[in-house]
Amino acid sequence: MAEINILAIESSCDETAAAVVRNGREVLSNVIYSQIDLHTLYGGVVPEIASRKHIDKINQVVEKAIADSGMELKDMDAVAVTYGPGLVGPLLVGVSFAKALAYGANLPIIGVHHIEGHICANYIANKELEPPFMCLIVSGGHTHLVKVADYGKYEILGKTEDDAAGEAFDKVARAIGLGYPGGPKIDRVSKSGNPEAIKFPRAKVGGSEYDFSFSGLKSAVLNYLNTASMNNETIVTEDVAASFQQAVIDVLVGHSMEALNQYGFKKFAIAGGVASNSGLREAFEKACAERGIEFFLPPPILCTDNAAMIGSAAFFEYERGLRNGLDLNAVPNLKLGERWYE
Amino acid sequence: MEIFNAEGVFEVNSADETLKLGEEFANNAKPGTVIALIGDLGVGKTVFTKGIAKGLGITENVTSPTFTILESYYGGKMPLHHFDVYRIGDVEEMEEVGFDDCVYSEGITIVEWAGIIEEIIPKGTYVVNIAKDLSKGNDYRKITITKTTKEGYLN
Repeated sequence: MAEINILAIESSCDETAAAVVRNGREVLSNVIYSQIDLHTLYGGVVPEIASRKHIDKINQVVEKAIADSGMELKDMDAVAVTYGPGLVGPLLVGVSFAKALAYGANLPIIGVHHIEGHICANYIANKELEPPFMCLIVSGGHTHLVKVADYGKYEILGKTEDDAAGEAFDKVARAIGLGYPGGPKIDRVSKSGNPEAIKFPRAKVGGSEYDFSFSGLKSAVLNYLNTASMNNETIVTEDVAASFQQAVIDVLVGHSMEALNQYGFKKFAIAGGVASNSGLREAFEKACAERGIEFFLPPPILCTDNAAMIGSAAFFEYERGLRNGLDLNAVPNLKLGERWYE
Repeated sequence: MEIFNAEGVFEVNSADETLKLGEEFANNAKPGTVIALIGDLGVGKTVFTKGIAKGLGITENVTSPTFTILESYYGGKMPLHHFDVYRIGDVEEMEEVGFDDCVYSEGITIVEWAGIIEEIIPKGTYVVNIAKDLSKGNDYRKITITKTTKEGYLN
């Protein structure tokens, strides 16, 4: 098999990242510059979204990714870049940089959908994984239950009607005084709490059978906190965190298992930042084992926003013959499975 | 029949009523209307926005823009631009997310956590303040709608 090496760039949100990936599954380098660490230092509530931060960092991030791979730009077969969804400014930084680089080195460009990248992180982590399978993508901005019919072929079965799962973690963490980033903090505190202490609702929604809703759960937590403080009851942060997390897990696992059953899939994967949540991982391991379903999950470094996953997704697009040109543009509200050129 | 006057104080007792108020507001809103939404976490800012979308005939589901900063919807009788500026650290960043393009357009622009970017809120913005009063129950909301008379001020 010929070796296909792809230099990939990701700058759709808070991270500026670049990676070199071989044949979609082997990571030769993976560089992530995160603005979140920086902001946590300052009491971190507000991660900077400014494009200029990406502009400041992208050159050195890409240079390091190439250097770490032990190769040179001229050894690459393509330059891949996230072109949506995301913030238009940050996306444009990545897309423009990739275009300039590709033009200078006379390489094709491959535009990648950010969420499709998250799904493909599983191809890196599990060399044997092949479609079809079902994937749940849970992150700060997204909650999608997706049927992966083939490489590059996706069908959304369910998505959130209001808040993303990760967003619910952040907002509840804020309400119980745990701060940012909410996901890891709630996960940690939950370990010493009782997940059965408070009965929070498991929302069923009116839309598609597999859609999610986390706004009602967030309100239920706030109402619980308000009522408890009005009645001078002691609020056990660990119990609130654990009970909230359990409610999120129950819905995510419940929907996924029902969909797996209905569509008869034997393989299930998770992806996205919230896929690092240890409670969620354990619940999925157990639920899949009980049903004889093979469970896949990427390591945390591939769950967070990174460019290796973009390089993986790009490889499978490359194999399907896709080559974008200099007319590739950022598409902030790109839908999963959509191709701007089709 | 009373003609809906956008300014005023409205008391509601359910998320459904908040939604209906948003819907009624949208029915009477002109192109170029800017709405600043003020209120704590979980008070119903997104619910009010869902009502606006419904009133505009947008069938696409309105989701929280907390992470994306901006979500735009084009399926209704005019475009709806929904900002959540909670993550904005510096007002200058608003230019990069296309704030001016939305505010000075023929659509409706809604800004959650508008206090963060108060200095660039245009004159004539409707300020929708949603507040709880726990003595009246968990679902009670007092919704106060006022209109700004100066640029850069919410009151």
